This record gives sequence, C-alpha cells and structure tokens, in this order.
Amino acid sequence: MSDATANGTAPATPRKDKVETPFRRFVSEFCESKVAIGGLIVFTAIALIAIFAPWITPQNPYDLAQLDIMDGRQEPGTTGGAGFTFWLGTDDQGRDMMSGIMYGLRISLTVGAGSALIACLVGASLGLLAAYAGGRTDSAIMRLVDLQLSFPSILVALMILAFLGKGIMNVVIALVIVEWAYYARTVRGTALVERRREYIEAAQCLALPTHRILFRHLLPNCLPPLIVVATMQVARAIALEATLSFLGLGVPITEPSLGLLIANGYEYMLSGKYWISFYPGIALLVTIVSINLVGDQLRDVLNPRLKK
Amino acid sequence: MAAPTLEVRNLRTHFFTRAGIVKAVDDVSFTVERGKVLGLVGESGSGKTVTGFSIIGLVDPPGRIAGGSILFQGRDLAKLSEEEMRDLRGNRIAMIFQDPMMTLNPVLRIDTQMIETVLAHKKVSREEARQRARDTLGMVGIPSPDERLKAYPHQFSGGMRQRVAIAIALLHEPDLIVADEPTTALDVTIQGQILAEVQKLAATTGTSLIWITHDLSVVAGLADDIAVMYAGRVVEQGAVSEVLDRPLHPYTSGLIGSVPSRNKRGEPLRQIPGMTPSLLNLPPGCAFRTRCPRAGEECMAEPEIRGAGPGRMVRCFRPITEGAEQVA
Amino acid sequence: MTVYLVRRLLQALLVVLAMSVIVFVGVYAIGDPVEILISPDADQLERERAVVALGLDLPLWQQYLVFLTKALQGDLGNSFVFNEPALKLILQRMPATLELAFGAMFLSILVGLPLGLYAGLRPDSPVSKGIMAGSILGFSLPTFWVGLMLIMVFAVQLGWLPSTGRGDTASLLGLQWSFLTIDGLSHMAMPALNLALFKISLVIRLTRAGVRETMLMDYVKFARAKGLSPARVTFVHVFKNILIPVVTVVGLELGSTIAFSVVTESVFAWPGMGKLIIDSINVLDRPVIVAYLMIIVLMFITINLIVDLTYSLLDPRVRLESKGT
Repeated sequence: MSDATANGTAPATPRKDKVETPFRRFVSEFCESKVAIGGLIVFTAIALIAIFAPWITPQNPYDLAQLDIMDGRQEPGTTGGAGFTFWLGTDDQGRDMMSGIMYGLRISLTVGAGSALIACLVGASLGLLAAYAGGRTDSAIMRLVDLQLSFPSILVALMILAFLGKGIMNVVIALVIVEWAYYARTVRGTALVERRREYIEAAQCLALPTHRILFRHLLPNCLPPLIVVATMQVARAIALEATLSFLGLGVPITEPSLGLLIANGYEYMLSGKYWISFYPGIALLVTIVSINLVGDQLRDVLNPRLKK
Repeated sequence: MAAPTLEVRNLRTHFFTRAGIVKAVDDVSFTVERGKVLGLVGESGSGKTVTGFSIIGLVDPPGRIAGGSILFQGRDLAKLSEEEMRDLRGNRIAMIFQDPMMTLNPVLRIDTQMIETVLAHKKVSREEARQRARDTLGMVGIPSPDERLKAYPHQFSGGMRQRVAIAIALLHEPDLIVADEPTTALDVTIQGQILAEVQKLAATTGTSLIWITHDLSVVAGLADDIAVMYAGRVVEQGAVSEVLDRPLHPYTSGLIGSVPSRNKRGEPLRQIPGMTPSLLNLPPGCAFRTRCPRAGEECMAEPEIRGAGPGRMVRCFRPITEGAEQVA
Repeated sequence: MTVYLVRRLLQALLVVLAMSVIVFVGVYAIGDPVEILISPDADQLERERAVVALGLDLPLWQQYLVFLTKALQGDLGNSFVFNEPALKLILQRMPATLELAFGAMFLSILVGLPLGLYAGLRPDSPVSKGIMAGSILGFSLPTFWVGLMLIMVFAVQLGWLPSTGRGDTASLLGLQWSFLTIDGLSHMAMPALNLALFKISLVIRLTRAGVRETMLMDYVKFARAKGLSPARVTFVHVFKNILIPVVTVVGLELGSTIAFSVVTESVFAWPGMGKLIIDSINVLDRPVIVAYLMIIVLMFITINLIVDLTYSLLDPRVRLESKGT
C-alpha cells in the first residue's frame, strides 16, 4: 500500500503565478470586459464634469444676470450675445443647454448617489440585524421588505411624494424608502450564509460585542453582493429621480435635474425644437448605461456562483 | 456469420473548447454482434458516455466526431445527415439515460411523451400509437398501464420512471440500445429487476445492447463482451469471462481489485491510487502511467492497442502475463 | 386547494388593511387636512364646526375607523377639483389604463418571446448579441425619455402616428375602448410600445435564460434521442417548460405595468388613471389620491392571487403540493 500512496501524488501541473491578492485578481477579472472598462471611463468623466461643473461651464445657468432672453431657443452651434457658442443650443430663457446639463448632472448624481448611500446604510444595517437576530426581528423586517418589494418602485415613490410634497429632500427620502429593501434583502441573504461560518462562531466565543461582530466581521464579508446591488441601485435611483422630476413631483424648478430639463423642453419638442429635451436625455442615458455596464461586469466578477 | 449490428472503428470525438482540444474519445474501436450485450466500462470522465452519444449522434458543440467511422448495419453513422440520423434515432437506435428523474419532461404527460415517439417514426393513428405505448408499458412491467399513461412523471418513483424510459426506447423494437448507466441511480433491488427485464427483452427481440457502466458486477452478470475505457481510450477488450478472470491491463486488474466481494473479506480493499487525469493535459505516453504499478521506461511512449489472444485486445507495453501475480 | 385558497385570501386581506392604514395616515395625518378640506375664508367658528363634522376632533384610530367604514361602502370622498366621487372618477379612467396595460403586455409577449427564443437557441450569433444589447438598453433607458424619442421620431419627424390622446373609441360592454377603432389603435401604438419596452426586455431575458437552461436538461436530450423533429423538441419540450416562469412573471408584471403607465400616460397625454393621479398630486386632490392608491393596492393583491392560482394550474408539480397542504 505504501508504494501506492507514493504513486498516488498526481502530477502537479507547473504554473507560474504571481502572488495573487484578491484585489489584484478582482481588477484583472474586471478588466476582461472592454465594454465595462469603457463604461467606467465614461462614468468617471461624467462624475468629473458634474463635480467641476461651476468651473468649466461657459455660464452659470442659474445666475439670471448671465442670461439673455434674446438668446432664447437658439439652435445648437449658434453664438450668443455673451460671445460664446451654444454647442447644444439654448432653452426658452436663453440658458446654455450645455451648462444646464452639467449643472443638472450635479443634481442628478448627488440625489442618485446620496439616496443610494443612505439607503445602503439603512438597508444593510437592517439586513444585518435581521440575519443576526433572527426570530421575530428577522421576520418583522423581512415581511416589510417583501411587502414593499411587491409594489413597483414608481408607485411607492409616488405615494411618498404624494404624502410629503416635492423638494430635493423629499425625493431623497422617497428614493431611500424605495431602495432600502433591496439592500436589506441582499445583505440578509449573504449574512445568513456567512453567519454559520466558523469565524463568526470564533468571534462569538471571544465574547466580542455584538456591534463589533456585525460591522467588523459580518459586514465586510457581505460586501461583494452589496457593491453589486449598490451600483445598480445608483443607476435606478438616477432614472427614478429623473422620472419623478419629469412628472413634476421631484426637484423644484430652481434646482433642475436632468429629468426636469427634459420636461421643460417637452412642449418645444412638438414644434421641432428638439435639443432642449434631447441633449439632457442623452446625458441621462449615457450616465445610466455607463453605470449599468460597470455594474453588470461587477456582478459577473463578484458573484461566486458564476465563478468556475 | 451475419454482419455485426454495430462496428465502431477508430472513433475520435473531440471537444474544441477555448482551453484546448479535449479528446474525450480517442481511437476507440469495438464491435457489437446482433443480440449481444457489450459492457462499456470505465471511471467517470473516461469517455464512455461520449462514446454513447457519438453513436446516437447527439454530441453537442463544441464537441464533434473528429474521425473514424460508426458502421451501423453497414451504414456509417458519422457520415449521415442530421435528417437521416434523426430517422434512426429512437427508431433503430435508442438510448436510455442515467438519471430517470431527469429524462422525462416534467410538464408533459407520459402518454404525450410516448405517443410523440411512435408518431415520429411511424405513420399510424393516435389511437394506434396509444395502443402501442400501452402495450410497451405493460411489457416493461408497469401495472395498469392505461391509468399510468395519463400520469405526469413526478407521480412515478425512480424505478418506474426508468421503466417508462426503457419502454420509450423499446417502442420501435430498435436494433441497438445504448444504455448509459441506467441503473446507477436506482436501489439495488430495483436495479436487479431492471437488469433481468432488459436481459430478457434483448434475448427475445434480438436487440443488441451497449451497457455503459462503471460497475463491474453489473457487466459480469449481463454482458457478453466488455471494453474497458480509460482517459478516452479502450485499454482492454474481450469476452466478459476472460477479461474479468484474466485481466491483461493493469487498469482492468485494478478495477477488479477494487470491487468489494465476499471472498475478500477481512482483506483491505485495494484501490487504484490517484485520480483520472484531466483530458486537457494528459501525461505524455501511456495515460495510465502515473497511476500504474507496472509502469516503466517504455511507457513514456504511447502504447498501441494490439491483439492478445482470440478476440482479445490490450493497450499496454507491460500487460499482466500468465502466472504473474496481480498487483494493484 | 380550498385551504390554500382561504389562506392566501386571508393574507391578501391583511395586506389591504395594512396598506389602508399607511395610506390613511400618510395622506390625512401628515399635513393639516383642515387647510385643504375647509375653505380658507371660513371663520374660527365655522372651522370648528367643520372639524367636528368631518370627525377631525376624534382620535386618529377613530378617524381611521370612520374612513374604513366609509371606504367599505365605496365612499372615498369627493374630488376637490371635479366635485365628484373620487372612486367614480378613477373607475371612469380605468378602461383607458387597462387597455394600455394589456396592450403593452400583449406586445411584450409577442415581441419578447420569439426574440428570447432565438437568442437562447443561438446564443453566439451576432443577431442574438444584438438582441441582448437591446434588452440591456430596454432595462436601463428611462421610460419617459424613450416615450419622448418615439414622439420625436414618429410624430414630429415622420408624422406617421398621432402624439397624444386616445383617438376614436368604440363601445363594448358599456365602456369606451380605443383598440376597437383604427384611429384608436394608431393612438395606442406608441404608448403601448413605450410601456412595453421594459417588459419586452424582461421577457427576452427570461425566455433566453429559460431556453439555455432547459436545453441542457436531460429530458431535452432524451427527446432528441427519441428522434423527434427539432421543431417539436423546441416548441413542445423546451417551450412548455419555459412558458411557466415567463407567464408567471408577465402576469406579476401586470400590476407594475399599470403603475408605470403613470409615466407613459403623462408623456402621451393618455386620459387614464395614471394621468389623473399625477394631476391630482399636483393640485393636492387628496380624496382622489387615496382612492387611486387603494384601488391600485387592491388590484395588486388580486393580480398576485390570480397569478399564484394560475401558476398552480400550469405546473403539475405545484398542483400536487398545494393539494397536500
């Protein structure tokens, strides 16, 4: 038998790997999709434009002193009284659409990312709690999640804005209420699996405080699916905010997001002045699609079930 | 002597994957005479199932038959068009699958699944087809077939489902049945019943049978001939009694050694060390070399299959010769 | 089966009750209903009298009970704007929304199933990749923007289809329907397609995933081993298996289609419930808001119930399980 075991060592296939840290592996797997890299580059550019909008736009579209009503509804490419070219045309107030879009991006991204972040915090905490506490807490939280997910997002948002009225804060609240359930469900699902692992038992044996176990031990291990959900939800939040603003239930006129810009141009579109609606729409589209492309690839890379 | 039902010559079925070519079946030859049973034996991944699918023409991409011929009653199946092949499938050549829980469509009733098979190859009325289905169900030992025809697969036990699958295979009294481990998923008692049933049917109808299995004891009781496969190749073949009594290839000997039996009580079970090598990177030379107790210098070269006595073939440089002790 | 049915009905009832509390508290307790319900010129005494008359001096739970009792009698209050019963207003607009939603569902199946089937059967062909890329767009594009683009292209640039309204209607079962007239259909085409876009993508994805999964099943290989024609294997063995999840999901999506018609109706000025609710929110017509929300909730729960039951009829395995309980 002894020589059998000696023979039993299967021939080890020689492989020359570098030391592979999880992060490096993640980056290299992410880079396998060129489309996803493209999405990431585009999104980074959009985010930079949004952040630096006040410094790079030719005019501040909300400073009435800089607007000239004579420049109203100019076609893309015309040069206005202030001496610069309206590459994307102007709206009825003589506002440069390009500047308007860049400022609109700021508001759309802030609302979208902000609400996604808050929803993530709320949802992840509740999800963790549900998974860790189990029993009645768990079933109470999950009933609420199920109930909410059985209604479409637009309806829940509509309901909340009907209760609260419009305004940026109210939109954020509505988006948080719409989204938290997705995070809670994701985190609970993962945490339930992780909870049974030995390292949690070990932490419990060490009598670590509950919040430490939850946030230092359990949460980091729930991060991959959470990141995927968060990416997708940012895109969804931006789209939903735009929709609500388009319907006139979202942000106020004084702080127009992309959705409101599109709504403002709606009436002019029928008379052939397409650009007032069209370009903000393109900006919205590119933003959402680029985030989704990144999210799609993240899901493929981070989803352990798809790993070979 | 009449022409054999099936003659497989130098069959090569390869899978062209992104990671490289997987030679799932590589230079396999065997013959099945009319009314005879061939046992195709090997571990998982040895290519026995792919051999079965090659015969019935159901190798899915990226796999395809890369060479050799499959002569079925004189016609080369490898050269037939899909349409001609479909004509034979389920009609002259039938197949039974491994897992009876998975082979019947869960959302279609048994009668639908049987009648469609009859109608696929015979121009008869639905009523005649139903009649045929009912008779066949009765033949494989399913009680009250009329009632059972109207049932859904989930209302049957595993053994009953396999009987249904066998009945479907028998609907057109095929000349050849390829059975891919049809009893592996069943209880031992059910396994015995089904084996006996199949043996009886094959004997009465003159149907040839290829019985794919990893279980030597099944082959011992059922088959006339045996072909042992390892890493996509036939390493030894011959009449069942001869191969099992006097294995020439060290792998066959190892397989036999690892079957628990009453005679060997008290002795530790012998096992073949190591695992089946990945077909993507086979070691050069004899594929069994790394696990073989008899391997030597010459095994670095690739062995050819060669005759070893009447009706026997072996693919080994150092076969276990007469009188030598069997080592595992 | 009866036990199952009763249990599901009880669950549904509970959800309706819970939602009525939420809607009631949301609409009537947040903000001051007196401000809205009572004329601003009324003096102090009139206000107090009105508060008593409306029952606003009662504790919240008693107010809720009054609301609930009235609601059960079909009285959800009068619209401030139209001065008509809110429920009646909504019911009048319902056929327009329903026909739009069903049109969209029909389109999603009609377009989504064949495309998904093709993409599933030939996953590597360029056409399939195009279909899948299109479905990603269908998921991520905001509905209202696509609606605007449809109007821009087909109504403004090409002038093929009318941009707004319902067009001519014809009467059936005492209600007015657009889909019965050519003009109505031409008005319906764009909004229905717009509303269907998301569902088409969904159906494509579901069908494709279903086909790919089912094609790998042993029973499909067995069906091929029986010598069946590829058409029979695809359309009977594969198709019947994927039809169950697809029908379930599409059925479940009816509710969300009705909800999302809010957006489409606003874009195309389609005179349905959705447009009504947006207008009502904008002018704070609370009884209409409450009535709409309650009706939508009821609809949702009914749809979920029906889908569950249909599902158990379609899948023999589920049928057996529910018999057991």
